Amino acid sequence: MYTKRLNRELSKMNQSLPPGISLHSAEDLVTWQMDLQVLDNNPIYANKTFRLNFKFSNSYPIEAPEVMFVRAVDREIPIHPHVYSNGVICLDLLSNGNGWSPVQSVESVCMSIQSMLTGNTKNERPEGDAQFVLAAGRSPRDIRFVYDDPTV
Amino acid sequence: MSSDDEFMSDQMSDDAYGDDDDSLGEEFDEDDDQDFDDGKEDKPSRKAYEVDFKVFSDEQIRKSQQSQVEEVSSILGLPGEQCAILLRHFKWQKDRLIEKYMDGGEEVLEEAGLGQSYDTLPRLEKVRGFACDICCDDERGLDTYAMKCNHRYCVNCFRQYLESKIKDEGEATRIQCPSEGCSRIVDSKTVDLLVPAEVDNRYKELLNRTYVDDRPNLRWCPAPNCEYAVDCAVRPAQLHTIVPSVSCRCGHNFCFGCGFSEHQPCPCSLVKKWLKKCEDDSETANWISANTKECPKCISTIEKNGGCNHMTCRKCKHEFCWVCMGPWQEHGTSWYNCNRFEEKSGSEARDQQAKSRASLERYLHYYNRYANHDHSAKLDKDLYVKTEKKMTTLQSSSGMSWIEVQYLEAASKVLQQCRQTLKWTYAFAFYLERNNITYIFEDNQKDLEMAVEQLSELFEKPTDQLANAKKEMMDKTAYVNNRRIIVLEYTATGLAAENWKFTVDLK
Ligand SMILES: [Zn+2]
Ligand SMILES: [Zn+2]
Ligand SMILES: [Zn+2]
Ligand SMILES: [Zn+2]
Ligand SMILES: [Zn+2]
Repeated sequence: MYTKRLNRELSKMNQSLPPGISLHSAEDLVTWQMDLQVLDNNPIYANKTFRLNFKFSNSYPIEAPEVMFVRAVDREIPIHPHVYSNGVICLDLLSNGNGWSPVQSVESVCMSIQSMLTGNTKNERPEGDAQFVLAAGRSPRDIRFVYDDPTV
Repeated sequence: MSSDDEFMSDQMSDDAYGDDDDSLGEEFDEDDDQDFDDGKEDKPSRKAYEVDFKVFSDEQIRKSQQSQVEEVSSILGLPGEQCAILLRHFKWQKDRLIEKYMDGGEEVLEEAGLGQSYDTLPRLEKVRGFACDICCDDERGLDTYAMKCNHRYCVNCFRQYLESKIKDEGEATRIQCPSEGCSRIVDSKTVDLLVPAEVDNRYKELLNRTYVDDRPNLRWCPAPNCEYAVDCAVRPAQLHTIVPSVSCRCGHNFCFGCGFSEHQPCPCSLVKKWLKKCEDDSETANWISANTKECPKCISTIEKNGGCNHMTCRKCKHEFCWVCMGPWQEHGTSWYNCNRFEEKSGSEARDQQAKSRASLERYLHYYNRYANHDHSAKLDKDLYVKTEKKMTTLQSSSGMSWIEVQYLEAASKVLQQCRQTLKWTYAFAFYLERNNITYIFEDNQKDLEMAVEQLSELFEKPTDQLANAKKEMMDKTAYVNNRRIIVLEYTATGLAAENWKFTVDLK
């Protein structure tokens, strides 16, 4: 397990984080939760905060972390064509294979997801959302998404 | 270099290997050639449903890559390591690589992830003040490694990264530098240096695999754990005129076109459509696969215990056909029409509901027979295994030699193969438009089916009678095999000439 790396990430995040990103909880080196806000005035996400759940395997950061949005008090799943209503995010960099690089971090993932939301104009869920949520239960990193629309 | 690698198999498929500069014969060592070449030279004229193919071992595939790497290396004056990466990048189209390289070497190298010159052996380094971006380790004296792109990580992280790519993701030719956004491909020298032998072997295996995957004339045998590859000249564009069944040295027969178990006479595209249809319609068709039925005469329950469809009710001795439930007597005569679906007259199918019922009935007719042969093949096999056991006992008590009971195995093999063929004749027939040649096809199908049932029935004899039925069984086996050849010849000739009319598009 990459204890040193995780501890280093944690202490760095405790010192400073980019605007709109904050650490909600990190009680162990397995699961961390981050809170996320969209900074510009994108009407889809205005005045809302979202919560991201990070789960690390023993092989993190060689392997990508498992990242998804979770519901909590005042925390909804953001509407986005690449975010399923169960919180699963369809993002290239979160899948092992050539999307993820071990140089990326919790902070950089948060920033990527933040900018994914910032640039979005479509107030909609991915196609086949209902079906997908029904069939869920698999680890989101193992789901093979088709990245057909790089603009969203 | 005159021809493109793409076409090399085409030009050599019928001719002797080794004449042309680019033939695969040259890729494989001459002395290795001998043990898999036999049977090809002295084979009598090829049947219409057969294709030429060769089986290569893992080792031969490896050697063939090596000799191509060496050849390109001597032409381009580049180290073998780089040529291997270049050849993989060009999907082993040797001539295209050489041509492109002559046009602009630097560009080609860059494109393949090799960048500029690439000379010395990779080595580990200790760097002052280094901190690894992956594990955050910054101890003094840490061994580190970087490729030419200079993205440096500690050896441990680099190794973990490579192991994860190779072992978990099965990646070999497309492993990039761990740095984000760096598209430099990890070369095999780096892998050799960093990972343990066991992982390195897996990496070589994967590289070997991509060679076969990249060549249109090669396909791995899909049998589990089989390490042979088959070389065949048939291309995807030809699959509507030919069904390329090949048989691997491991004993598995499969289709070179789609990798599925052999499915002659049905073309690959129909196989795909048919399987999809069966999956969609499985609900309505499920009732068919039930293992028990009632005797049509006395209504007592009958269980099927062999592959034969000739049923005799134990209670009332009524003989009937398991598939159509009609009296068996008719099946042995010209009245036999168990295989043919009789279309209802148009007036009966006037309204839409009746039409859809008719279409379901038609489908079920074919599906029923398809599934039945599939099921019967399994039952035949079970029965053979049981019979074989009994024969072994018989053999030791009666003093028959092992050779003397071999005919049983031969009969069982032919039976399996014919069931497989029959199964697919029904999928074929389902998509066939009716015309004169369909009738001939159905007659051939019927003859094969009758012969198969007769052979299958012989297996149900009690063991003591089986020993006396040797000649009968051998004759039947030869006859059944002949009927299969007739069915396959006729359908294959028609496919090649594009004489068959199908209700769906084959392409
Ligand atoms: Zn490290
Ligand atoms: Zn790099
Ligand atoms: Zn095989
Ligand atoms: Zn096929
Ligand atoms: Zn009966």
